[in-house]
Amino acid sequence: MARISGVDLPRKKRVEIGLTYIFGIGRSSARKILEETGIDPNTKVIDLTDSEQTRLRSVIERDFKVEGALRTEVAMNIKRLMDIGCYRGIRHRRKLPVRGQRTHTNARSNKGPRVAIAGKKKVKAKK
Amino acid sequence: MTRSLKKGPYIEPSLQKKIDRMNEAGEKKVIKTWSRRSTISPDFVGHTMAVHNGNKFIPVYVTENMVGHKLGEFSPTRFFRGHGGKLAERTAKKK
Repeated sequence: MARISGVDLPRKKRVEIGLTYIFGIGRSSARKILEETGIDPNTKVIDLTDSEQTRLRSVIERDFKVEGALRTEVAMNIKRLMDIGCYRGIRHRRKLPVRGQRTHTNARSNKGPRVAIAGKKKVKAKK
Repeated sequence: MTRSLKKGPYIEPSLQKKIDRMNEAGEKKVIKTWSRRSTISPDFVGHTMAVHNGNKFIPVYVTENMVGHKLGEFSPTRFFRGHGGKLAERTAKKK
């Protein structure tokens, strides 16, 4: 069982890919980790020996901010923006895109699923 | 964030002068400024700036967290009143 920083790695995948299941580790950092620990990126996660696992764990713990710690850092950064009331913070508060994208259409990942505006035509008619 | 570090932060010289003078005198007055492009430096902390948004001056009280941002970021230039309907109008007024 390869359990690293609170995440079960998929057993059947190569370590290079398996490591990316940890939040905060992508392909390039996975490769760096493997290079440092001297593990062949092509070994499957099941085939990792105990010593290899401990080495992976220690490297990740030492050099990387992953999972919970990283998530809180990101959340804190966003919270800071919201607290100081700057433009980016306001955009976060409104759940709108922060980096100047258009909002006429698209921007669905920020705004979430489309919400039909009920009685839109009615309102117009009243005016 | 985008301006190269080598160049250093940009602060309107006239604004910097005003801040320096106030810091020396130890007084705190609201400074009107049009210089939205100026980066907030640590000297600004504790002052209130009235930052122009193209229409009026928005008072911005500078805190430590704001250092490194630009003045303009705190003075929104667009005001969204909400889309039609009485409910939207009511909530917009509250803000």
